[in-house]
Amino acid sequence: MFATTVVDSITFSIAAAICLFGALGVVGFRNPVHNALSLVATLFGIAVLFIAQGAYFLAAIQVIVYAGAIVVLFLFVIMLLGVDRAENLVAERKVSGIVLALLLGAGTGAMVYIAYRAGLSTPTGEKSAMAALDPSNDLQVLGRAIFTDYVLAFEITSILLTVAVIGAVVLSRPAGGEPIDYEEFPDPEEDPALLVEDLGAND
Amino acid sequence: MIFGIDPLLENIDGAAILIVLVKVVIAFAALMVSVMAMVWFERKIVARMQNRLGPNVAGPFGILQTLADGIKLFFKEDLIPDNADPFVFRLAPYLSLVPAFLVFMVIPLGGDFNNGKGGVVTWFGSTNETLFQLADPHIGILFVLAMSSIAVYGVMLAGWSSGSKYPLLGSVRATAQMVSYEAALGLSLLAVLLNSGSLSTNAIVAGQQAWNWNAWATGGVPFIVFMIAATAELNRPPFDLVEAEQELVGGFHTEYSSIRFALFFLAEFMNTITMSAVIVTLFLGGPAGPTGWAPEWLQGVLPTVYFFAKLLMFLFIFVWFRGTLPRLRYDQLMDLGWKVLIPLSLAWFLLLAAFKVGQDQNWNRFLVGGVGVVTIVFGAALVSGAASAARARRADQEVAS
Repeated sequence: MFATTVVDSITFSIAAAICLFGALGVVGFRNPVHNALSLVATLFGIAVLFIAQGAYFLAAIQVIVYAGAIVVLFLFVIMLLGVDRAENLVAERKVSGIVLALLLGAGTGAMVYIAYRAGLSTPTGEKSAMAALDPSNDLQVLGRAIFTDYVLAFEITSILLTVAVIGAVVLSRPAGGEPIDYEEFPDPEEDPALLVEDLGAND
Repeated sequence: MIFGIDPLLENIDGAAILIVLVKVVIAFAALMVSVMAMVWFERKIVARMQNRLGPNVAGPFGILQTLADGIKLFFKEDLIPDNADPFVFRLAPYLSLVPAFLVFMVIPLGGDFNNGKGGVVTWFGSTNETLFQLADPHIGILFVLAMSSIAVYGVMLAGWSSGSKYPLLGSVRATAQMVSYEAALGLSLLAVLLNSGSLSTNAIVAGQQAWNWNAWATGGVPFIVFMIAATAELNRPPFDLVEAEQELVGGFHTEYSSIRFALFFLAEFMNTITMSAVIVTLFLGGPAGPTGWAPEWLQGVLPTVYFFAKLLMFLFIFVWFRGTLPRLRYDQLMDLGWKVLIPLSLAWFLLLAAFKVGQDQNWNRFLVGGVGVVTIVFGAALVSGAASAARARRADQEVAS
């Protein structure tokens, strides 16, 4: 038992340090790509913490979905848009911003404290905050909870995601009809005068 | 906690630690030696397919060529471009290499799976029962997927941090390709998981005993889809747009030299080997095969021999692809991934799930199959109808403008 505790606390310290320094890096670095990489470090640290709690499935999903898909997408956008230069981002600090940050921090702290105090008996009835899942069947526990008690929430989430995908497709497809810059660049076929003028200019 | 249900780790003593160390060394050495052999094998086979001799000077049949090249690369000058981001530039090769190593950890390399023995082997005295794989986590196959999604970072960051246009183009292509085909890879995997009811690699292999291999137990389609998606995920020909020499010089590793280039090269071949091992584990029963005919002393070795024989078959197939198939165009690559492989593997998964439910509920098997096939054909007609409508609309717009 003693050995397990020591191993657990060492694992926790390392993973927590990675999470914290990663999180500091996300807000601290000036280069967007370095920020995204720090985010990956944080997500990875959280995955290790999940494993330490016996939640293997959540750990794997954390790496596959967040580190493997979402941050890759972030990086992809950063690269494609070419905003990957270190920019001068010094902004004046507004009082309202500082107050908001303090409030948010206090709120998060309060939630962590409640989760800590809640211990074994949690609001949802599933063991979560302080107790490890049964490591031999965390998948079954999760699957049963999602597809029986919380099936409505699950289905609503999937509809929400489908709506988001369809919305993205609708927003990104080219609108039928005339292009936006039609007035600036008129179609020469409809207005032959422009075409003649252009040819004349080239002579 | 991190190691799963290996019977060895229930009470840890000196012998257990020794066995774990031996397994680490075996996994590491087997992988490194296979990589060296694979580089030689690929060069030799491709050379023969192109009517050349291939490496034939260093050692017998040129088998030491890889070693010679490796030593040469060690002593080359290590260049970092002026525009490069030095930290990320140095980090990227390791982000490629480490996941490639880690995947091999969950592959069962041997052990008798016949008659429900579950691949338990006994080493160093009868009390030490263990599995012939370094770790058997409950999430085994998800671990493979997680590592392959981490490996994207190596390619992506290498291209970005070089501060040069061709590597950037190569890595943008690579990322789009790997993210697209990961979906097909995962969906075809689901069929196997449905069949075996477990994520652990050991349990997946144990479920395929007595020739009940997933390649045909799942109806063949997931196997073919997984094979194609794996080739794309590995960035191997015919899906090697990432490093298309004629267009991108060398793709994401253009600016790399010396040992850092060697690390990418190593990671690429290592990924080929581990992906072949994953295919063997998932679809061809891993180390499974007939052992009853052999004398006692041979029975412990035979599963490992079977495993490596199957592995070699897939390595040859990958080289064969490279030697014979021309590279796809980029839009063909995306069409194949999104419009063929993903819908196909999803439809097949739904069909298998319907059969599974039908089995539980005692429904007529042919009725379930018939309704399933009709639904799939209807869905396929809808998808292809939508695609051709979109194509016609695009053509109209092009004509109009």
